[in-house]
Amino acid sequence: MLEFFGRLFGRDEGSKKAAKDRLRLVLVHDRASLSPQLLESLKEDLIETISKYMEIDTEGLEVNLDQEEDTMALVASIPIRRVRRGVAAKANS
Amino acid sequence: MAGKAIVVTSGKGGVGKTTTVANLGTGLALMGRRVCMVDADIGLRNLDVVMGLENRIVYDLVDVVEGHCKLRNALIKDKRVENLFLLPAAQTREKDAITPQQMKEICEVLKEEFDYVLIDSPAGIEHGFRNAIAGADEALVVTTPEVSAVRDADRIIGMLEAHELGAPKLIINRIRPDMVRRGDMMDIEDVIEILAITLIGVVPDDQDVIVATNKGEPVVFDRRTRSGQAYHNIVRRLEGEDVPLMQLDNDGLVERLRRLFNRDARRRKAQ
Repeated sequence: MLEFFGRLFGRDEGSKKAAKDRLRLVLVHDRASLSPQLLESLKEDLIETISKYMEIDTEGLEVNLDQEEDTMALVASIPIRRVRRGVAAKANS
Repeated sequence: MAGKAIVVTSGKGGVGKTTTVANLGTGLALMGRRVCMVDADIGLRNLDVVMGLENRIVYDLVDVVEGHCKLRNALIKDKRVENLFLLPAAQTREKDAITPQQMKEICEVLKEEFDYVLIDSPAGIEHGFRNAIAGADEALVVTTPEVSAVRDADRIIGMLEAHELGAPKLIINRIRPDMVRRGDMMDIEDVIEILAITLIGVVPDDQDVIVATNKGEPVVFDRRTRSGQAYHNIVRRLEGEDVPLMQLDNDGLVERLRRLFNRDARRRKAQ
């Protein structure tokens, strides 16, 4: 009886919540599926930008997308050979 | 002045793309605009039957592309409204019978003569979709408030952005106020929140649409119908008017009771 009134007065969540939650989750995965080309071009851009500040080991560079439940993260491992002296000096001055 | 080409697309099939094109096209023409509707669904043409023009087709899109006729000769004039034309798709050809470049050229020519060129896109994300969006300046994405349709809409929005057809506008079709009220259907806000794009209209689920399609007369001709009114509102928004969303809840007894109770509850709380 209580449930009936709950539904009548629109307090119950119904199946819409399930739809929304499932959709959110599936879209995180859909949107995260970057094409290999895109990931490659992201890698190149990263190398270019970071190289302005430090010398990096481009061979050992790894870029990946990590997904867990409804969050995702860009995880990059970038071995640094050395920080460029000029940049460090500029930052200190 | 050149007109603009708008593609109506969705990703998922069966959500109402063709019905949307038929009603927006007719609605715009009823407001005095010069409109050409282009059926880009080669092999599965349907806009002609929804418009009730299926018996008048002589030439089609592919005939134009292959030079069997002039563009002008393939256009079917709607006799019910001034300035409404249809360029039908070929029914017995493959989707790759035309290229995106050819589609673009046709749209360019049509835009010189019409205020609006409305392109009905096929379902899917392959060749036919790429043809349909090739000549478009803007895009409308149609979805229903269902998980599968919204998911596909999201994918389509991503692809439109990749093709520099950013800022597409959303039409939510076949919403059922009774189910929304019960919490058994995603609401307008839910869908917009998930897809994060601008809404241009909401069309309620309406039996009159089926009746209209049976007769080949777009429902927008009859503005007493709820869906007809909804399409008319979208047409006005396309024309730049600021039209509020129509009240979807029909004033049933239950709805009136609910509001009464809610108001009472609020009052008691306030005291």
